[in-house]
Amino acid sequence: MGHDDTPKRSGARDLERYAGLFARRTQAMKSSAMRDLMAVTARPEIISLAGGLPDTSTFPAEDFAALMARVAVDASAKALQYGPTEGLDDVKRCIAQVMAAEEMDVEPEDLLVTTGGQQVIDLVCKTLIDPGDVVVAEAPTYPGAVPVFVSYQADVVQIEMDEHGMRTDVLRAELERLDREGRVPKFIYTVPSFQNPAGVTMALERRRELVRIAHERELIVLEDNPYGLLRYEGSPLPTLYRLDGGEFVIYLGTFSKILSPGLRLGWAAAPRPVLDKLNLGKGGADLCSSTLSQQFVVTYFAERDWRTYLRSLVDLYRRRRDVMLAALADHFPPEASWTRPGGGLFIWARLPEFIDTTDLLARALRDNVAFVPGRAAYLDGRGGSEMRLNFSGVSDDDIREGVRRIGKVVREQVGLYSTLTGVKPETAAAQNVVELRRKAG
Amino acid sequence: MRVAVLKGGRSLERNVSLRSGARVEDALQRLGHEVVPIDVGPDLVDRLGDVRPDVAFVALHGRGGEDGTVQELLELVGVPYTASGPSACSRCMDKVVAKHELRGAGLPTPDFYAFSQAAFEELGAGRALPALEERLDFPIVVKPAAQGSALGIKFARTAADVPGAIVAAFSYDTKVLLERYVEGRDLAVSVLDGPHGPEALPVVEAIPHEEHFYDFEARYEIGRTAFVCPALLEPETTARAQELALAAYATLGCSGFARVDLLLEQGTGELYLLEANAIPGLTDTSLLPLAAEAAGISFEGLIARIVELAVETAPA
Repeated sequence: MGHDDTPKRSGARDLERYAGLFARRTQAMKSSAMRDLMAVTARPEIISLAGGLPDTSTFPAEDFAALMARVAVDASAKALQYGPTEGLDDVKRCIAQVMAAEEMDVEPEDLLVTTGGQQVIDLVCKTLIDPGDVVVAEAPTYPGAVPVFVSYQADVVQIEMDEHGMRTDVLRAELERLDREGRVPKFIYTVPSFQNPAGVTMALERRRELVRIAHERELIVLEDNPYGLLRYEGSPLPTLYRLDGGEFVIYLGTFSKILSPGLRLGWAAAPRPVLDKLNLGKGGADLCSSTLSQQFVVTYFAERDWRTYLRSLVDLYRRRRDVMLAALADHFPPEASWTRPGGGLFIWARLPEFIDTTDLLARALRDNVAFVPGRAAYLDGRGGSEMRLNFSGVSDDDIREGVRRIGKVVREQVGLYSTLTGVKPETAAAQNVVELRRKAG
Repeated sequence: MRVAVLKGGRSLERNVSLRSGARVEDALQRLGHEVVPIDVGPDLVDRLGDVRPDVAFVALHGRGGEDGTVQELLELVGVPYTASGPSACSRCMDKVVAKHELRGAGLPTPDFYAFSQAAFEELGAGRALPALEERLDFPIVVKPAAQGSALGIKFARTAADVPGAIVAAFSYDTKVLLERYVEGRDLAVSVLDGPHGPEALPVVEAIPHEEHFYDFEARYEIGRTAFVCPALLEPETTARAQELALAAYATLGCSGFARVDLLLEQGTGELYLLEANAIPGLTDTSLLPLAAEAAGISFEGLIARIVELAVETAPA
């Protein structure tokens, strides 16, 4: 090549050198193709039903300015300083108010303030999981939990759901199967209310049964409850934490959905010995959560009625949910089915089995619309024909138009498949989420 | 020189393009050029008018940037640019066109059939699938004609898998390719132009970890696939792979640089050309920079040569 004067270095060895440095746990991380696809969804011309975003535009800017000014005047030095790892006592009192709204009674000593609810998932894994340990989750599960489980090399067993949430009979059977294999799960991860992504809520009897199982087996349950207060209909159900009395349930809460995700503030309520370990883990991760954000929350709770703002969000999201349900009924083909959530931010739709929603997303992006492909919510490759749709962070018009565009590409693929096979496709049998409701009404 | 680095855009390979672009910008700066990064969008023509670059470095991958669209535009506004021109780009981007060209030139490429969506919808091409399946034998690889990454590529193990795989491939393009599956080793030969004409760089072999063998997405990912360069091949196989890559490069009319992907069939030892990438990745984990380094050409050296070529070959 005429470059022999340059000392030869093996590029391959360079690459392999880095590859050799990566921890084994990074090998199982999600494929870059899926990440690349999701990167395109962020472009401004795209109507994204892929997010999980609350609508922060409804928070009055003048309130934000006034409250931040108050923080600056009253607590400047404290707001700019490190804080205790477990969080400010004043914030814990605000958290106690929020939990009391769902009839939970906590002491400040039961609480750990975290950097978003997401950090609780990470800390619980960090504290409980050795590589190969079993975590039990719902099928589908919160897509954001998947990379956490994977990075701690947990072996995740996903339990199917129906319209009453996780099937506790299936859970019992799976736990017995694991017993026979000599494996004990470390914890059961669940989003019992208005689940992300499926939008279903665990029935009261299932909740009692789950807590019973936890007590019988002395097993931790991680109850992720970001949406409990975003209820659009019906009456509230007791949280697992309340039913359990704080013995085996680690409760995860967050300010993200009732105030702002930009604050990055969440919390864990847990049995003290577990909380102490989580606290140690958090110290190593980030010393403490943003003191500035914590001061903002304290000021907000002191100066405003957080329930008033929450009520406005509930009204807004209820309307958007209804707009999306109506649009789905108008635009999705009869082969599709979807959930009708009583709260939260998401609807989960199931398409005929021959449609791969990861590929469908590529097609949908050409029509400037995005959703989350179902595979993101499973660790075992299932969910290939399912999708998550968000209605909270999108305007009514964009919901209608977005669903119309997705419906169009779905119909196109259904039609093409019929042309190829000469038969009208059967509706996919519901295997994981039984009784996804056919059409609204 | 003032160099505009065109990157991003809205193709499905936007992310890779941003990474290629960032690395190219870095190298250009170290080479002493004035660098203007442009994330291409509807304002591209205006931006080029404002920036008035001496040369545009096209670090775009996939539709829009690698298919000749941007190159056509650059010709129109009179800005010299790197790598292949519009016609070579459009030939490389469309695997069906590329394979027809290669086969027409007597070069080996796996047997294939291609169909447009209209063929299925208007001409009843579905009726021809059984005959096709007979000829290609299972497993069959189903691909969108124009998609640079592994997205949309599926193995059909039986006839029942074929319709779903075709529907998936049509998610990316209006034309799909059904190709005989060649079992063997994945090779990539990068071609780089120079003072003495195009030269083939050392061969890279991508060896997917066993468990990812049928997972195309894993195949070009660090940590899930091992890359060996120069590939451990018989000298005559290496020579033949390089010769085929150069022939493909010439047949498709590429200029500047390109990467040609091949398969070395297990058992027969035959080499087959799969496709040519007119603008292969230039990230820190991409195969062209890896091959260049194995040939003793640093990344800066590579970028410097690519820019020189663009300026030299530009019409006065």
